[in-house]
Amino acid sequence: MTDIVQTIGYIVIAVGVLFDLLGAVGLVRFPDVYNRLQSATKSVTLGTLGIMIGIFIVKGFSPLGIKAIICGVFLLLTAPVSAHALSRGSLRFGAKMWKGTVVDAYGKDKLGGPQIASEEAESEETESKENDDEVA
Amino acid sequence: MRRIVLFVFAYGLWLLLTLPSGQDWPVFVAGGVVAVLTAIFFGGEFSHRPLSFLNPRRWFWGILYIPVFLWHMLVANLDVAFRVLHPDCPVRPGIVKVRTALKTDVARAFLANSITLTPGTMTIDIDDDILYVHWIDVFEDGENIEANTKAIAADFEKYLRRIFE
Repeated sequence: MTDIVQTIGYIVIAVGVLFDLLGAVGLVRFPDVYNRLQSATKSVTLGTLGIMIGIFIVKGFSPLGIKAIICGVFLLLTAPVSAHALSRGSLRFGAKMWKGTVVDAYGKDKLGGPQIASEEAESEETESKENDDEVA
Repeated sequence: MRRIVLFVFAYGLWLLLTLPSGQDWPVFVAGGVVAVLTAIFFGGEFSHRPLSFLNPRRWFWGILYIPVFLWHMLVANLDVAFRVLHPDCPVRPGIVKVRTALKTDVARAFLANSITLTPGTMTIDIDDDILYVHWIDVFEDGENIEANTKAIAADFEKYLRRIFE
């Protein structure tokens, strides 16, 4: 019986690590600040929560297991607040959204126009990047 | 009253941390002293309706909310994982408005946190009953507030209203 419980715990930990990995891949692949925050804060929260729950399943009601659960609860309470603060801060600071963005209700209502990057800005950016490569 | 509730919470947390590892009595006394000081100094910042913590119906819905929320979180995570691994990265991002029917600040804060924790949606700001949500897969052109609310917030609101209001 304990063997089965242990195995389930390790599977949960493995799934958590997998979600952490996917979050990291998303951080590299997604196009702008806000999409990257999505994957960097949320997939990683579920992944880390999975690791904590896995530890609890493996260790049971021992000192380590209970501390893992308390860690998980604090993670659930604090992670969304930091994600909200980062996204709102970068939007007000003026970080533009990706050019493929469909709608920006917040910019329209509060910042006097959608904060969506135009096509030209995007191409200039790639040009300057190419120049940098040539110099290097 | 709210100082007593805060003390019970603080000392209960301390006991959870120390009791299973078999500590001696000075640890419990020190924790008690700190919990009393916390309750005296920060009790004023605590909930304005401390008695609602004792309402079993709220606890029942709160415990029922945990699996519902974890399920939403898992499904949404798999959705985002699919987008991450797809060769074209198929995202249609945008910031949409969501109108919430919740009245109290605590309930709204928890709704915003729940929306942020389900991947694909992230609360950017709140203005009275309008939530501004960054959504990774916008429905149509994102101008339809009712459809947005139904897709993002409706499932959570049912439970949060029973827990916090």
